[in-house]
Amino acid sequence: MAARRARIPATKYPVERLTLDNGLRVVLAPDRTAPVVGVAVVYDVGIRSEPEGRTGFAHLFEHLMFQGSANLEKLAHFRHVQGAGGTFNGSTHFDYTDYFETLPSNALERTLFLEADRMRGPRLTEENLRNQVDVVKEEIRVNVLNRPYGGFPWLKLPPVLFDTFPNAHDGYGSFTDLEGATVADAADFFERYYACGNAVLAVAGDFDVTEATALVERHFGDVPARPAPERPSFAEPDLTAERRQSYTDPLAPLPAFASAWRVPDPIDDFDAYLPYVVLAEVLTDGEASRLVERLVQRDRSVTSVGSYLGFMGEAFEVRDPTAMLLQAHLPPGGDVDKVLRTVDEELDRLATDGLAPGELARTQARMATHLLRDNDAVLGRALGVAVLEQQRGAPELINELPRLVGAVTQEQVRAAAATLRPDRRATVEVVAGAAAPAGKGKGKANK
Amino acid sequence: MTHTLPPLGPSRKLKPPKEVERTLPNGLTVLAIRRPAVPLVEVRLRVPFARAHLARSALLSQTLLSGTATKSTVDIAAELQAVGGGLAAGLDPDRLVVSGNGLVTGLDRILDVLAEVLTGAAYPKTEVAVERDRLVDRIQVAQSQPSHLARAALLRRMYGNHPYAVQTPDVDQVEAVRPGQLRALHAARIHPAGATLVLVGDFSPGKALDSAERALAGWTGGGADVTLPPAPPLVPAPLLLVDRPGAVQSSLRMALPAVERTHPDHAALQLANLVFGGYFSSRWVENIREDKGYTYGPHSLIEHSEAGSALVVAAEVATEVTGPALLETLYELGRLASLPPKEDELEQARQYALGTLQLGMSTQAGLASLASTYAGFGLRLDYLTEHSARLAKATRDEVAAAAAKYLAPAGAVTVVLGDADRVGSAVAALTPVERAVAQP
Repeated sequence: MAARRARIPATKYPVERLTLDNGLRVVLAPDRTAPVVGVAVVYDVGIRSEPEGRTGFAHLFEHLMFQGSANLEKLAHFRHVQGAGGTFNGSTHFDYTDYFETLPSNALERTLFLEADRMRGPRLTEENLRNQVDVVKEEIRVNVLNRPYGGFPWLKLPPVLFDTFPNAHDGYGSFTDLEGATVADAADFFERYYACGNAVLAVAGDFDVTEATALVERHFGDVPARPAPERPSFAEPDLTAERRQSYTDPLAPLPAFASAWRVPDPIDDFDAYLPYVVLAEVLTDGEASRLVERLVQRDRSVTSVGSYLGFMGEAFEVRDPTAMLLQAHLPPGGDVDKVLRTVDEELDRLATDGLAPGELARTQARMATHLLRDNDAVLGRALGVAVLEQQRGAPELINELPRLVGAVTQEQVRAAAATLRPDRRATVEVVAGAAAPAGKGKGKANK
Repeated sequence: MTHTLPPLGPSRKLKPPKEVERTLPNGLTVLAIRRPAVPLVEVRLRVPFARAHLARSALLSQTLLSGTATKSTVDIAAELQAVGGGLAAGLDPDRLVVSGNGLVTGLDRILDVLAEVLTGAAYPKTEVAVERDRLVDRIQVAQSQPSHLARAALLRRMYGNHPYAVQTPDVDQVEAVRPGQLRALHAARIHPAGATLVLVGDFSPGKALDSAERALAGWTGGGADVTLPPAPPLVPAPLLLVDRPGAVQSSLRMALPAVERTHPDHAALQLANLVFGGYFSSRWVENIREDKGYTYGPHSLIEHSEAGSALVVAAEVATEVTGPALLETLYELGRLASLPPKEDELEQARQYALGTLQLGMSTQAGLASLASTYAGFGLRLDYLTEHSARLAKATRDEVAAAAAKYLAPAGAVTVVLGDADRVGSAVAALTPVERAVAQP
């Protein structure tokens, strides 16, 4: 096949920035092609900031932000968003917590009011706290405890790669810590981290910039000014020797593993970081990628394999320290060591021989499609510009990422591959604790 | 300054984008929609596939893109990737669906690859063996998921002997599939007649239709038009308690009757479902999550299939509150089936239903999936205009009548998957119970 290079297209969403007198940063990305808006408020606090003895607190607090606010009763937020034809949610990450809505554009002002009201103050009551502790416990049961591969690898791998509490602890939290959380803890957390100076508001979609600016001023302008807290460094030294742990998952029918290697600082060393983002796709994006071809199609030593940046797969929404991850599921009786040796071999081959003609260009073209597609949704765009503003002060990167990804060179990808050595690697292995169903598993091992 | 909720601005009428349509001489219907927001294209092909052998169909969908006379799996994937594209095949009990996307400049290349696999998928021996093993492993993992086990038990209860009763093949059946059977199934069933191709992107729709016609005119062949018998009506029966020893949660599932999208009761039933449990601001979610903390993500929705529609209610609840959660569920269903909703509850549900129609059309991918789903049922996007008008004018009485007719708990088929020894007596205090062991 000819290595003809698809031209990487770009978007031209206008991106306007402003800062209110109280310190709230605002990003507006108008686009009038559909009568909908996406609104995101991102607070610069995540799992890494929660206090020791309060694992899971950042996420529990996210739930409390929906339980009523200065001028709104419990349940009112949900009803006002959905009663305007919109959808909402929030999520907690290692480095930030977001709250967001997608709505028909006639509900923009209402949404700004709702977000401003909880920025002024959520209703932190004992009753709401106990209720949401119960809900969060059910969330953990459904996502972790009651299903196979629960929390794999995002909860299981950080404690192997990292040593300090901020980076290594369970972000969903222990039931003991969750049950021990108090209203006073919540009030302190709000006071410290939910300052308007620690937040970014972003709006994308169908609105006029002048009108939207006035609405933002009207609703957020009188939120009391509070500066952002100083963010501590979460830095940890790189590994100097391989780390390996395993655990038995009593519900899992088949073995699996995930590995992680530290990568350059995604913010301060973006040029060095980007090649890893591309490398991850070269390795595992689709049936034509290196590791899928080798491990799935040829060796049949894994049934699926994927690699990505950041424990939640958020390559452009994460700060240092973070990692490139590689995870795979194996057939019955599969041999993790053998698979890891093959991964090393393929990384060596890539670092030594480079890429095949066309391999990099086609990977970059597919990455561009993924980026553009995510941004076609107003909410994807609002969340993207909000975090880019918060972590980099550069929301306009939303338009440039496809081109920047396309500019990564073969040499950079090779150099990145060369750093993924076994002695810098942390691996967690899932030992299948569930018996295979009867009539299954005969003679399939070690193909 | 006081802080009061601002009113909504004037709402915009739903205006579905223009669909341009052409039926090719081979019987394939092609729909093209222009949405120029991003320089991409979305592709959805739906081919009728009802009543096909389950294990063979499942493996066919996994190997359709695994090679032709001149191309390997890797060649196909690389060729698509070169234009930022990707295609994947999937299956539901009615259809085979091939979906994908790519840079709009690559539309011709994507369509050429699609045509090549439709007319020449080879199902090579080695690739079939690889995908067969992967499918077996995936089924095994699915069978260890409570959500899958609960769904499988519910489907068996709902559909009895109808083909919808079993939607995941057994491992043994998959292991028995041979490449020749896939080639035979492809030849017998993958035909342009009755199939629909939807293209959405930053293009001129007329030119997109020309591209589709150029690429796919050579896809020919006919076969029997296979239709399913109508799904049987739900038969109320004792609650089926499926044992999963040691489970820390119970999976509660209920099926209730529903009607197809074009039925006169559909809009009212959709609103009744929203008021009950169809969105976050519903009675059921506010009760069992936000008041009582029994569960994290309860939901109810109307599922439409070719042979019938059903309303499915689902929640994962803590083992120790399984009985109380069932009680509240029966209470909320019964309350709505016997008392009309309040005016403001209905308005809120109505606005949600109307608003989410706008949201669903606001991306290329959403638009493509909507247009393709409707086309599979013989509908076009103008159906949305009519449906939104019906949603806008459904009265309280109509919604109450729909709730009485469809949501009455006496008409439900119920399954609970959980630790039977721990939840059995609490559940049995509310309703007759039949016990079963978990089956994949």
